[in-house]
Amino acid sequence: MKRREFVKHTAVTAGLLTIGGASLSSFSASKTKKITILHTNDVHSHIDPFGPDDGRNSNKGGVARRATIIESIRKENPNTLLLDAGDIFQGTPYFNFYGGELEFKLMSMLKYDVVTIGNHDFDNGIEGLHAQMPYAKFNFVSANYDFTNTVMDTFVKPYKIIVKDTIKIGIFGLGIELEGLVMKDLYKETKYLNPIEIAQDMSARLKNEEKCDLVICLSHLGYDYKNEPSKVSDLSLAEATDNIDLIIGGHTHTFLKEPTVVKNRKDKNVLVNQVGCYGLYLGRIDFHFDSEKNKTSYGSAMVV
Amino acid sequence: MLSSCQKKEHLVKVEGVRIEINDATQGNPDIEAYIKPYKAHVKKTLDSTLAYAPEAYSKSDGILNTAIGNLMADLILEQANPFFVSKTKNEIDMVLLNSGGIRASIPKGNITARTAYQVMPFENSIIVVEMKGVHIRKLITYLQESRKAHPISGLQLIVDKDFNIVKALINNMEIKDEEIYFVATNDYLYHGGDEMYFFEHAKKAHKLNYKIRNAMIDYFKKVDTIAPKIDDRFLQTN
Repeated sequence: MKRREFVKHTAVTAGLLTIGGASLSSFSASKTKKITILHTNDVHSHIDPFGPDDGRNSNKGGVARRATIIESIRKENPNTLLLDAGDIFQGTPYFNFYGGELEFKLMSMLKYDVVTIGNHDFDNGIEGLHAQMPYAKFNFVSANYDFTNTVMDTFVKPYKIIVKDTIKIGIFGLGIELEGLVMKDLYKETKYLNPIEIAQDMSARLKNEEKCDLVICLSHLGYDYKNEPSKVSDLSLAEATDNIDLIIGGHTHTFLKEPTVVKNRKDKNVLVNQVGCYGLYLGRIDFHFDSEKNKTSYGSAMVV
Repeated sequence: MLSSCQKKEHLVKVEGVRIEINDATQGNPDIEAYIKPYKAHVKKTLDSTLAYAPEAYSKSDGILNTAIGNLMADLILEQANPFFVSKTKNEIDMVLLNSGGIRASIPKGNITARTAYQVMPFENSIIVVEMKGVHIRKLITYLQESRKAHPISGLQLIVDKDFNIVKALINNMEIKDEEIYFVATNDYLYHGGDEMYFFEHAKKAHKLNYKIRNAMIDYFKKVDTIAPKIDDRFLQTN
């Protein structure tokens, strides 16, 4: 039985963004800490906004606009992380002409913190990805791609820990099975490991050994595979593991209006979110912690 | 108000919102300035008009075949066949691409090389595969099972409500198990992309060194106005 429910919001409006924690105004700043997670996925080299005749994408997207929004959120809350769940490459001539250089340069200017690797990030081969690393001033995480025998070996770590306002955030990455999806000539000796086993190990390590207050999985597995129940998805991953607080997904270009709440193996809530593709949307999730060092990262008091 | 907050002091609150990025937001001028020279170079190369699209064509418009998918498969046949004939004296019998390979819709209006890049950003090339009829049946099983509008040309497939085959024809003729058919696809799919493992049964594969995108650009240069339609090449009947 699937145990899923959807978060209902009292304040799902742009007002939350511009006013900045208006819903928190009765709590003084010294009493609560807020970590803001901003995220994109499957941007696919979409740098310019869509034009006026692009159907339902018309006039949406654009890196420069995304920069403006991110900047204003960071002003409101400096304890903000910016993440991407992969498939940064491929989709506009910018990639065909420059091989991902401009994508990485702009993401560095936007101060992305951590990203994971999608299947299309191999489209110019693993050498093509490696060639763009000088332009990336952000961290790459993937725990289930073993790059040992490839040029990417030292460039990708299983996880990254970032501390913001004493809150410790552990972020690990998961990628989709490459066989049948990407030509072997492109991914070469990259080894794919079972994402559920790896996620169990990673999240336990981050939560119990590294004592992270928040464990985030950056996933390019895909949101849900209704017709292929054996294929690992973000929803099945969330149900099959513990210690993950938030899964930020990609690959399936799933437009979620709001995060999905899934019960994990220990009946605790996991948030799963994904914001479609092409930089049409920016996802924002705010985690509020109390100031009494009792920083339970998730649980009973999700405001619905 | 405050006291009620203090009671909840140890509790956690999580909020999730989705922020639409649209023209209500001004672009960051530094980012715009940085993109500018890259954009100018790309634009100069790509934005001359090649053809005209009287409507917008999207792969979500249609169930088992779509106008954009039919356009893609038909133009591959039209563009690649002369090369294949001159190379092998054989004709291409059918084309199979994948729905996932159509990466954008064709907007209404002028078609440029940029359109071709948007629809087909990948560097994949056309490959013509020799397959026996008995293995074509595995290809057909794949189409039955995937239930998607994978672009096809030359092949006609009618299925019933349970997706059982009612009719499967190549060039309007029944498929013969021992006959060799020439199937044009791309190198990604030939190598098992999108789980098209039936290509493993190919007897022979001919690389044409002709990119899918270049075939599109050549076709758009040739025609004045495109007019793709949803038709009866892959249909479900009751």
